[in-house]
Amino acid sequence: MANHIDDATIEYVGILAKLELSGEEKEQAKKDMESMLDYVDKLNELDTSGVEPMSHVFPVHNVFREDVVTNGDGSEDTLANAPEEQDHAFVVPKTII
Amino acid sequence: MSKQYETVIGLEVHVELATKTKIFCGCSTAFGGAPNTHTCPVCTGMPGSLPVLNKQVVEYATAVGLATNCTITQNCKFDRKNYFYPDNPQNYQISQLYLPICRNGKVEIDVDGEKKDVRIHEIHMEEDAGKLVHDPWTGDSLVDFNRSGVPLIEIVSEPDMRSADEVIAYLEKLRLIIQYLGASDCKLQEGSMRADVNLSVREVGAEEFGTRTEMKNLNSFKAIKRAIEGEMERQIDLIEAGEKVVQETRRWDDTKGASYAMRSKEDAQDYRYFPDPDLVPVEISDEWIEEIRSAQPEFRDEKMKRYKEEYDLPDYDIDIITGSKHLADLFEATIALGSDPKEVSNWLMGETMRLVNESEMEIDDVAFSPEHLAKLIEMIKGNEINRKVGKEVFEKIFSENVDPVAYVEEHGLKSMNDEGALRATIEKIVADNPKSVEDYKAGKKKAIGFLVGQTMKATQGKANPGIVNQILNEILANI
Repeated sequence: MANHIDDATIEYVGILAKLELSGEEKEQAKKDMESMLDYVDKLNELDTSGVEPMSHVFPVHNVFREDVVTNGDGSEDTLANAPEEQDHAFVVPKTII
Repeated sequence: MSKQYETVIGLEVHVELATKTKIFCGCSTAFGGAPNTHTCPVCTGMPGSLPVLNKQVVEYATAVGLATNCTITQNCKFDRKNYFYPDNPQNYQISQLYLPICRNGKVEIDVDGEKKDVRIHEIHMEEDAGKLVHDPWTGDSLVDFNRSGVPLIEIVSEPDMRSADEVIAYLEKLRLIIQYLGASDCKLQEGSMRADVNLSVREVGAEEFGTRTEMKNLNSFKAIKRAIEGEMERQIDLIEAGEKVVQETRRWDDTKGASYAMRSKEDAQDYRYFPDPDLVPVEISDEWIEEIRSAQPEFRDEKMKRYKEEYDLPDYDIDIITGSKHLADLFEATIALGSDPKEVSNWLMGETMRLVNESEMEIDDVAFSPEHLAKLIEMIKGNEINRKVGKEVFEKIFSENVDPVAYVEEHGLKSMNDEGALRATIEKIVADNPKSVEDYKAGKKKAIGFLVGQTMKATQGKANPGIVNQILNEILANI
């Protein structure tokens, strides 16, 4: 494999993704990422000059909603997902902004 | 002599758009609903839900861009900004990084007669996050997603400002443009306009910028001014002490008058943006831009010019009235009902401002209807009530929006215009006050004021002062 992911990088990516990986999982993840980057290198061999970057797979644009309220009180469904609830709100561990 | 420093400031201003619904779903944006009542699978980031863009958001953002001399990005799109935080249920915020809707704008500010341009780097559309409330008893935080998905535009300036006064002038300018457009009410206290301040200091004449910090949590113009002055001092102190300014985000505590670092260094700000695959590109045609441009209202500068030319009002009055879209609307609506512009301006500048200041409210919260002011002015003009009574009635219009015609009727406040009845009253007062009459005859012209006062008192303030003066002069001349 041409690309090399070092320990510091896998650690950093883990922090960003909020993942705690075991030693074994880290090794596997490194291998996976290396092969992904190799694949991207392969794609980069293609000459894409003059090709518009594509931001969406379908040739569709301007899909809009009108500014009209269509939803009612959704709190029951929303709060059904709350592990813990207080005063109509989700309870989460203390978070300092 | 210590070194001379210069402050370099750029702003990131978030403005909540005045749409009825959220940016990507049909949930209401109304303020004050019970927690989580304005939520659905889209704005709470449920897997499989699909965001659909609110067309009005594009129109407001474009309108603000045109009004701030930006180039509209006719092919723009949305990106995901990834971060984990409990107020963000998707674990990403839909925003615009690569192709923001507006770029390269500028607005002109005026500080003590000195004009200068503040350049706008870009304006992008994005969604707001939920609200976190910290429960001091349990130590937990409570999350309300009603605000999650409310449309925002973020207006990013270039680092063109050099003082707190310039920053305030810039914010005032933006606030008025956006209010005039009706794109937002821009209330700092309520959070519909929020400013983050990027600030660095450097020696005067230096080419390079110093290291900047970003300050958040500034919810009034006063807080912004204090925070800028505090941060400027803090950075200069660090530099003078031979230390380095650390690039960080700081939170301003206005009650303590100090800021503190918010995010630690190891908490990397790496948002790993990528194009949002759920949303299709937005194409803004020339025709659409023209449509939005032609619907632009008359802005403040044009209004100021017109008020001078059409109504010949004093500059100070024009400045105050056009300084609030709400007040300008009230002024114009009252005139449209046939009232004299100068008279309307006087009521707004005098009594209205006095009552606003006394009750410590915001001008934008003045809630009486133009019809009632117009009727009041007409009643005074027609001598149905005198000006003094008019002021009393106005206080009721201001506080309770009463109909002045009904109110005057109900409380028997109509002017006494009946000459015969007034003459009888005045004759009695003249007879009862020989001393004043004598003084008047002896050349003390001021003595007539006492007699007028007595007449007003006898009529509970309802006498028509013009008629009173006329009758009094007649009677006194004949004595």
